[in-house]
Amino acid sequence: MNWDLLTQLLMNGLIIGALYGVVAMCFVLIYKSTQIVNFAQGEFLLIGAWVCWWFLTTWELPFVVGFLFTLAFMTVFGIVLQTVVLRPMIGEPIISVIMVTIGLSLFFQAAMKWIFGVNVQPFPKVFDVQTIEVFGMQIQTAYVMSLFISLFIMIGFAWFFKSSKHGLAMRATAFDQQVAQSLGISVKNVFAMAWAISAVVSAVAGIVIGIVNGVSDSLAFIGIKVFPAVILGGLDSIIGAIVGGVIIGLLENFAEYADGQWFQVGNMYTIAPFYVLVIILMIKPYGLFGTKDIERV
Amino acid sequence: MAEAALAQDSADLMLSVNNIEVVYDEVILVLRGVSLDVPKGALVTLLGPNGAGKSTTLKAISGLLGTEDGEVTRGDVIYNGVNIANGSPEKVVRDGIFQVMEGRRIIEDMTVIENLRLGAYTRKDSAARIKEDIEKVFHYFPRLKERTGLAGYLSGGEQQMLAIGRSIMSAPKMILLDEPSMGLSPLLVKEVFEIIRTLNKELGITMLLVEQNANMALKHCDYGYIMESGKIVMDGTREELLNNEDVKEFYLGGGGEERKSFKNLKSYKRRKRWL
Ligand SMILES: Nc1ncnc2c1ncn2[C@@H]1O[C@H](COP(=O)(O)OP(=O)(O)O)[C@@H](O)[C@H]1O
Ligand SMILES: [Mg+2]
Repeated sequence: MNWDLLTQLLMNGLIIGALYGVVAMCFVLIYKSTQIVNFAQGEFLLIGAWVCWWFLTTWELPFVVGFLFTLAFMTVFGIVLQTVVLRPMIGEPIISVIMVTIGLSLFFQAAMKWIFGVNVQPFPKVFDVQTIEVFGMQIQTAYVMSLFISLFIMIGFAWFFKSSKHGLAMRATAFDQQVAQSLGISVKNVFAMAWAISAVVSAVAGIVIGIVNGVSDSLAFIGIKVFPAVILGGLDSIIGAIVGGVIIGLLENFAEYADGQWFQVGNMYTIAPFYVLVIILMIKPYGLFGTKDIERV
Repeated sequence: MAEAALAQDSADLMLSVNNIEVVYDEVILVLRGVSLDVPKGALVTLLGPNGAGKSTTLKAISGLLGTEDGEVTRGDVIYNGVNIANGSPEKVVRDGIFQVMEGRRIIEDMTVIENLRLGAYTRKDSAARIKEDIEKVFHYFPRLKERTGLAGYLSGGEQQMLAIGRSIMSAPKMILLDEPSMGLSPLLVKEVFEIIRTLNKELGITMLLVEQNANMALKHCDYGYIMESGKIVMDGTREELLNNEDVKEFYLGGGGEERKSFKNLKSYKRRKRWL
C-alpha cells in the first residue's frame, strides 16, 4: 500500500467532501422549506465564483471587499430569483417547478459562458503563503482555508436552526406552512430567505473551489455531485447532507485510489458515488438520516 | 334577548363578527350570516355539531381562511374598532389575536422550548423577557417542564397544553381555541378547561372557545352561541343556556355520551325549530 498517497487522498476527500456537504445543505434548505428540487444549485456556485472573480480582476478590489460584495449580490440574487421566478410557481404541479429549475440551470450556464467566456480563469493570488505545515504534512493554504470555511458554515447552520428566531421559523414552515402562518410567520419571507441563504452559501463554496482550481464551467458540476450526497443523507436532513457530502468526497478519492491500484477501469472518481448510492438506497430507502413521521405510542 | 344586555356598550367589545358569509374555493358557501360578540376579558363559547362551521368562523377571524382558499364575502369582523376580515394572519397575530387550531398542531420535530419560542415569533421583546414568559407557561403547565424530548412524543394532553402555552407566548389579547378537548380523556378535559379558565381570569386574556363538549364549555363560559349549518341558532348567558330545554336535550346528555346521543338526534324532527 502507498500510505502517503492514501493520506493525501483522505485529506482531499475530506476537504472536497466538506464542500459537497455545504452545497448539499443549501440544496436541502431549499427543498425542506419550499419543497422545490433545485437543479440550478450548481449554477449558484458558478455565478458566485464568476462575480467574485470579476470584482477582483476587473474592479481590482481587495479580496475581502470583493468577497463581501459578492455575498451582497448573491443575497439580492436569491431573493429576486425566488420572488420573480419561483413565487408565481407556488401551487403548480411539482414537475413544472422542476422544469423551471432545470431551465434556470441551462440559462445561467449559457449566460455565464456568454459573459465570462469558456476558458478557465485563475483567481488573483489570495494568500501570501502558498503552503503551510500541518502535522508534518505540507498542505495548500487554500485547502486549509476551505476546510475551515466549511466547518464555519456548518456551525453557522447549526446555530441558525437551533437558536435563531428565523431559523426556527424556517423549520416551522418546513413542518407545516399553515401552522407557521398561525404563529405569525410570513411564509413568503421565509421562502425568500431560504433562497437567499442558499445562494450566498453556495457562492462561498464556489469561490473557495475557484481559488483552488480556477473558475470555469466545471463548478456547476458540483450541483450534480450534490444529488448522491443528499439522497444518501436522506433528502430532508441537514446533518444527512453533511455526512452524505463527506462520504461522497471520500468515496470518490478512494475509488480512484482503488481503481489506480487494482481495477484499472478508469473514471471511477466520477462514477463510484452513484454505485454506492444505489446500494445504500436498496438497504435504507429513506437515506441514512431521512425522517419518517413520528409515531406516538 | 340577552345579547343586547351584554353588548350594551360597544367600547367594551373586543371582537364583533357581523353577519359574515364565508365561501371556500369561490363556490362552497359555508357560513351564511354569522354574528357574534366577544366582550373584553370574557370567555365566550361557540358550540355546535361537526361541520356546522365553527372552525371556519375562527379562521375567518384569524385570517387563516386565506390559507385554505376561503374568503369572507360579506359582513365584517371588527376587532378593537377596525375591520380585519380577510386580513393576513401575520398581521392578526401581531395585533393580538392568536388561534390555537383544531388538532393541536404543535411542531412535532421540535422541543417544547422551541415550540414555545416560536409562539413569541412576532414579539420584539428581549430574549430575557421571552425566557421569563416560558417560565410563566411552565408555571401553568408544570408537566411540560419535565419534557425535554421532541414535542411529537408528548401525550395528547401534553400536546394540547403545549398548544395553549404556545399561544400565551405571543402575548395575545385574545385567543381563539378550537376544540381543546378533542381526543382527551375526561380527566384531562377537566384539567385543560380549568387551566383555560384560570388563564382567562389571571392573565385577562379574552377567549373564544369552540367546542363539541357542551357540558364542559358551558360550565366554564360567560356567554355561549350555538351554531348549526353555518348559522347561529341560539345564544345566551351561561345560565340561560344551561336551563334551556333544547340545549339540555340536544347538547347536555348524560356524562361523556352527549356527543353520541346528539348525533343520533341530529336528524330528529325537533331540530327544525332551530333552523
Ligand atoms: N378548506 C375547506 N374547503 C372546502 N370546504 C371546507 C373547508 N373547510 C371546511 N369546509 C366545509 O365547511 C363546513 C364547515 O366546516 P368546519 O368549519 O370545519 O366545521 P366545524 O369546525 O364546525 O366542524 C363543512 O361542511 C366542511 O366540509
Ligand atoms: Mg372544527
